[in-house]
Amino acid sequence: MKKKIRSFARRWWHQLTSMRTALLLLLALALAAIPGSTFPQRSISPTDVDGYYAEHPDLAPFLDRLWAFDVYTSPWFSAIYLLLMISLIGCVVPRLGVHLKALRAAPPEAPRRMEILPYHRRLDGEVNETRARAALKQHRFRTVRREADDGAVTVAAEKGYLRESGNLLFHASIIFVLVGVAVGSLFSWYGNRILSEGEDQAFCNNLQQYDEYGLGAYVSETSLPGFCLQLDDFEAEFTDGGPTSYDAEVTYTVDGDEDAYNLRVNHPLNIDGANVFLIGHGYTAVVTYTDRYGNSESRHQPFLSMDAALNSEGAFKFPDANFNPETGEVDSGAEVGFDAILVPTYDDSTAMLLGSEPELNNPVLALTAYRGDLGMGDGLPESVYSVNEEQVASGELEQLNDEAEVIGVGDTMELDDGSTLTFDGVEQYAVLQVRYDPGGPIVLVGAVILIGALLPALTVRRRRYWIRWNPDGSVEVAGLNRNDYDGLEEECDALTADIAPDFRPPKPRTDSEASIGSTS
Amino acid sequence: MTGAEAANALFVATILVYASAMFAYALEYAFDRRAEKRVSEKELVAAGNAVVDRAAKDRASEPAAGAPITPAAARGAGRLGLVLTYLGTAALAASIVTRVVYTGRWPWGNMFEYTVGVALAGMITWLVLVSSRHVPRRLGLFATFAVTMVLGTSVRVYTEAGPLVPALDSYWIVIHVTAAIAASGALLIGCVFAILHLLKRRYDRNVSDGKAIRFPLNVAERLPDATALERLTFKIHVFAFPLLTFGIFAGAVWAHFAWGRYWAWDPKEVWAFIAWVVYAAYLHARVSGRSAKANAPWIAILGYAVMLFNLTAVNLVFDGLHSYAGV
Ligand code: HEM
Repeated sequence: MKKKIRSFARRWWHQLTSMRTALLLLLALALAAIPGSTFPQRSISPTDVDGYYAEHPDLAPFLDRLWAFDVYTSPWFSAIYLLLMISLIGCVVPRLGVHLKALRAAPPEAPRRMEILPYHRRLDGEVNETRARAALKQHRFRTVRREADDGAVTVAAEKGYLRESGNLLFHASIIFVLVGVAVGSLFSWYGNRILSEGEDQAFCNNLQQYDEYGLGAYVSETSLPGFCLQLDDFEAEFTDGGPTSYDAEVTYTVDGDEDAYNLRVNHPLNIDGANVFLIGHGYTAVVTYTDRYGNSESRHQPFLSMDAALNSEGAFKFPDANFNPETGEVDSGAEVGFDAILVPTYDDSTAMLLGSEPELNNPVLALTAYRGDLGMGDGLPESVYSVNEEQVASGELEQLNDEAEVIGVGDTMELDDGSTLTFDGVEQYAVLQVRYDPGGPIVLVGAVILIGALLPALTVRRRRYWIRWNPDGSVEVAGLNRNDYDGLEEECDALTADIAPDFRPPKPRTDSEASIGSTS
Repeated sequence: MTGAEAANALFVATILVYASAMFAYALEYAFDRRAEKRVSEKELVAAGNAVVDRAAKDRASEPAAGAPITPAAARGAGRLGLVLTYLGTAALAASIVTRVVYTGRWPWGNMFEYTVGVALAGMITWLVLVSSRHVPRRLGLFATFAVTMVLGTSVRVYTEAGPLVPALDSYWIVIHVTAAIAASGALLIGCVFAILHLLKRRYDRNVSDGKAIRFPLNVAERLPDATALERLTFKIHVFAFPLLTFGIFAGAVWAHFAWGRYWAWDPKEVWAFIAWVVYAAYLHARVSGRSAKANAPWIAILGYAVMLFNLTAVNLVFDGLHSYAGV
């Protein structure tokens, strides 16, 4: 019984580590990666997944159960690559043993009948052994001399060991890369943050201050390095309606030391191993609302761009407006909110609200005002980029103007209760990503090894060459390629000519395998 | 003429010159009866004497039955085709250089420019193979056909040359995109050879089975030996695979700087990964067992299909970070 199990296990192990299985697993991995590009992925954009749920309410939960929104962490994807890894290790380790032995061993003896080898020549005339071995050495062959009982002397030579070394190193480096990826997923963290210009907008590196974040399994919230960052000035340059450069002047503080950095796309800022990347930008609208009692409140509100011309949407919410100094309370049902569209270059000669250029040439806000209950107190997360539609639908929030009111910088929109909203101006914000990934350098080293090993693994050819001095005084040479390639005959003939100066290679034969060159 | 017009004029000239080259190669391919001689080359060489050779040459001076031109004229057409190929390639390179001069930036800024780069890389790969005598000139028919198709497709995604978006403004565009273009160009030619090999293999099998030879198999009659075609396919992939690998890695390094992460399964990344895995499978199939080796050319073709999908569908249909690369 035990024996049976063992032979069964061995058979399966053989199956798993066979090249054919590796081939099938590789193709399976390629197939398995496809759904990740056709369905929205949580790891990339959770909002797109929500959107998919909204669009296909019946299908989405079913797909979700198949991990269609988390393809690259799904059990089936993991299963394939784990099997591939096992297969890889099972393939590399025994070959490593064989190769290490081969590296130390002498080139093997020639077969007794050398004429069965793919390259074979009989030489007439003397062949000097010392000279022959020197020539082989010069061609970087490893050689060994053997004497047979019948007096025949053979020199066996071999070269091209680097192919297998490269091959093994290449396969090992794949494991190395995956270790780096695993380290990354366990120990990395990132946070995204929209940062407007100005000292009062600065943020510090803790999770509460990020708009979105992710922590590796072994990262605790309290272990993030402490630093603070402020955007002093942001400039976007545009040419022909397209952005050509983003330039952010930032000030950062670590342990009380302040420093400045010019943050640009492709030029991240490194703080204690964490990188701060500039990954986008947008406009911040600045407004002041003055309520019916004369109290003013300002807002710096980042707007989300809707298109390439940076027409952007956003909202201003004033839940504490209309504080009545006489009652000491906010008037009931008098919270105020505005849905707004920010148009960077408004062209009033057309009927179109949205502009076609991203530069701030004539910025306007198109405003729709609401009063009532903004619904912010109920603890549910809600968008800061629009007023709560449900509150509008349920009548808790009353829409005050039917048609959006368009105002320019310095202009004021007046509501029916005499309160006003003034458009003070537009600032810029930068979208920053802060990321720490200790796996990155490991992956990089693995990748460099991988490429370095791939070249010899693919291009070096392993071949053997023998010279035999027969007891009857005749000399034979033979060659064998251990990898499929077609220059063996030419190469061996050149080698033979070096060994035996009076050797004349036979007329080049147009071997159908060797050459398909055109002209004869 | 503005720089843009000059670049476009050179581009159109390239297509016309390549189309003429294709026609010239077609003449050589169809009417150079020496191709038949080559089939029996082995016996010729075995006989090893010049008399036979001369006899073959004499025969070569008359048109074969029903052929409108002599084999010598056909070879002349082939030489003309090669000259035209060099000319067209020079025009294509000049068109790209013109774009560089008047945009003042590296010329791989949008999908049109990328596709044109792939065409150039493919043709350079081809010319290197021909001038190093790895392939017969007359097969230029297939290379010019493939490259002209690529150029024709690129017209459909033509974009006015404009400035680069900030993420593309980096020297990594030189490294990453150039490697990807060079690999795609070489793989295009590799794919052509995989197809030619399969055609010839099928042709040989039908001949030995005594089956009828119909279009497109009859095209294979003048192709070189199937084994030689397969080896060439493999060699090209051996050259291109490290390039592709390097291009993908360079892309990951760049993604780190531009987008703050080196790999996040963006659609372009997913399909690059798939292409890489398929080509790795090709190389494995090539070195393992007889039946796997026989299927290897199909895997190579699948690999190129994935590359094309990644270039077209992923740019045009999927919504990812690479989409801004512009259409
Ligand atoms: C992530 C998975 C793998 C990748 C990306 C990969 C990639 C490659 C590449 C590019 C080559 C070069 C081909 C050549 O030398 O002609 C190669 C060769 C090879 N691979 Fe893999 N491989 C993988 C997994 C495996 C596994 C699991 C095995 C074990 C069954 C294996 C066995 C081999 C062998 C034996 C060669 C050498 C072929 C020769 O001697 O030329 N590979 N691999």
